Amino acid sequence: MIVLDELDRSIVELLIQQQNLTPSEISRSLKVSQSKVWRRIKSLKDSGVLNGKQVLIDIEKLGFGVTVFLGVKLATKGRVSLIDFEKAVTSIPEVQLVQHVLGLYDYRLRVVAKDISDFERVLRRRIMTLPGIGDVEANVLLSEERRLGPIC
Amino acid sequence: MQNLTSVEKRLIRNIMDDPNAGTAKLAERVGMSTTACWRKIEKLHQLGIIKGFVANINWRRLGYELEVSLRITLDKTQKDAFETFLVGARKIKEVNEIQTFLGRVDVRLNILAKNLEHYQSIYRDEILKLPCISEVEALMLISDIKKTNTLPV
Repeated sequence: MIVLDELDRSIVELLIQQQNLTPSEISRSLKVSQSKVWRRIKSLKDSGVLNGKQVLIDIEKLGFGVTVFLGVKLATKGRVSLIDFEKAVTSIPEVQLVQHVLGLYDYRLRVVAKDISDFERVLRRRIMTLPGIGDVEANVLLSEERRLGPIC
Repeated sequence: MQNLTSVEKRLIRNIMDDPNAGTAKLAERVGMSTTACWRKIEKLHQLGIIKGFVANINWRRLGYELEVSLRITLDKTQKDAFETFLVGARKIKEVNEIQTFLGRVDVRLNILAKNLEHYQSIYRDEILKLPCISEVEALMLISDIKKTNTLPV
């Protein structure tokens, strides 16, 4: 486990909010030297704390108006059905996230669709036909906030 | 919806598939010059399609071994239940995602915890003290099987 000091934390906090800050922009806002910032970023990358970047897309501007989270329970469990299910579900292009979870459901899925009728198509033709699928619960996303998390 | 040309769609698909790729690599993949590609990316920023890039944090490296989805149903008979609850939830630093829904679940909080003991203390001392909760249900993450921002454009 890696322990961050005050400066590391401030750098990570800035990068969680905006990745393409240059070391000089970071050094100006934190009032430390640019070379120090550069070294810290390098070591955060080397230790794997900073793990690449992620693009934030306005999906509505691309015509995707609906995001739905599905809780999925498998009808039959066992090693084979997990693998079959996972293989099939990850190949659906509208499914952005597949998480294997422990609790009331076996999987959590994030599904994007153009509108509700497009979602119905995905649900009926792709999701409900998945191998081993049992109970499905749908919750339509209304709003989403990213928080900093336990960095500060 | 924005009207994008097929090459712009190809570019946005490539950026979503591999957000770490530099402009030169993206240009090569979509078959245009680096300058033209850079200009197209600028255009996607200006149109607000690309809102920005953020760093991915590997929380495990920082000792956060557990990730739990708390699915919460609120007592909506109370005045301003959503707002009151959300104001409190935003103060818990181990919460790194807050989503609201239309459905059986009203709010989902993503909790990062170091271990079960830590999780228990967050759950008992902070989550259960939040106002307007009617039901809480937890899903503990075992593994991410697929995680992408890619859209079928």
